Amino acid sequence: MSTEARAEHFPAADWDGGVFPYRVGHRKLGMWLFIVSDSLTFSALLIGYSYLRASNVWPTPFPFYPSIVFSSVMTFCLLSSSLTMVFAVSASSRGDRAKARKWILGTIFFGLAFLVLHLIEWNHLYSEGLRPFSLPADWVTRYAAPDGTLPSPLFGATFFTITGLHMFHVFTGAIYLAVVAARLNKLKHEDVEISGLYWHFVDLVWMFVFPLIYIMSVDIGTH
Amino acid sequence: MSAHAEKHEHFAGSNKLFTSIWIWLVLLTVIEIVLAYRPMAMHFMLTILLGLSIVKAALIVAYFMHLKFERLSLILTIVPMLVICICLLFVFFPDSFRSHGLRYKFKETPPAPAAESH
Repeated sequence: MSTEARAEHFPAADWDGGVFPYRVGHRKLGMWLFIVSDSLTFSALLIGYSYLRASNVWPTPFPFYPSIVFSSVMTFCLLSSSLTMVFAVSASSRGDRAKARKWILGTIFFGLAFLVLHLIEWNHLYSEGLRPFSLPADWVTRYAAPDGTLPSPLFGATFFTITGLHMFHVFTGAIYLAVVAARLNKLKHEDVEISGLYWHFVDLVWMFVFPLIYIMSVDIGTH
Repeated sequence: MSAHAEKHEHFAGSNKLFTSIWIWLVLLTVIEIVLAYRPMAMHFMLTILLGLSIVKAALIVAYFMHLKFERLSLILTIVPMLVICICLLFVFFPDSFRSHGLRYKFKETPPAPAAESH
């Protein structure tokens, strides 16, 4: 066995310097670490929401239209934006910058569609009277428990915080992608891949927000 | 094998593969929406929804975020500690169940304002 071949079998050689131990650049590793910390932020928020929900009477106010229809179309937009982003990264890996830029612009389009639909959906709830620390008056009587326990006024706080922080991520992601698309000729392939990682992460978070916030609070008319 | 500089970066997975992953993700989402309108116990539904969400998250991380094609040491650095940290957050739930129903029970008889005591 030659020395070189043996070195490959010793993991310690990875950490002696001169190589990328994870076989990814430092920027990509940095984005992965950011994604880990951001996942913990969203986990903490979602678990805080679940804590409140399990310890209170919780309203289940979302009607099929507009809330569920809107949030489903929004989910579809985000999933499609992830697909266009992965096409962009794939095109960029082949060195096809023009196509990569086109797919990134498609991703931004779906991201902005998500934002607009979400703001319309927020506006529905706001005009119904939902505020961060109070429920609309008719929800209070409608969703009170049979023993008279009132629904928690913190519904709005959890809803606006979690979906708002996610919306902020989509917004910053769209700006990030716009910068990447504009500077594509100066960037390396890995930079495009890193922006893709961020965008897919935003999609991933929504895969938990959508069922926990929307699907679990569907108004099925049992009240 | 590929020690010489390559013009094209290696990016595993074909567009066909990614499209089929996208179709799976959309299908799982449709299942979630249908489930919302099936009458079933809350904790049963929560378990199914979280299970589906974890499958969807795994598909996104593995294929779209390309983690499946990365080096094992990167996967082992990122995934297990995140899973452990998130599981540690569940330590709060016994308290949550304990305090259920302790608040907002004042529909018929609002509490008398507390007497001033100085």
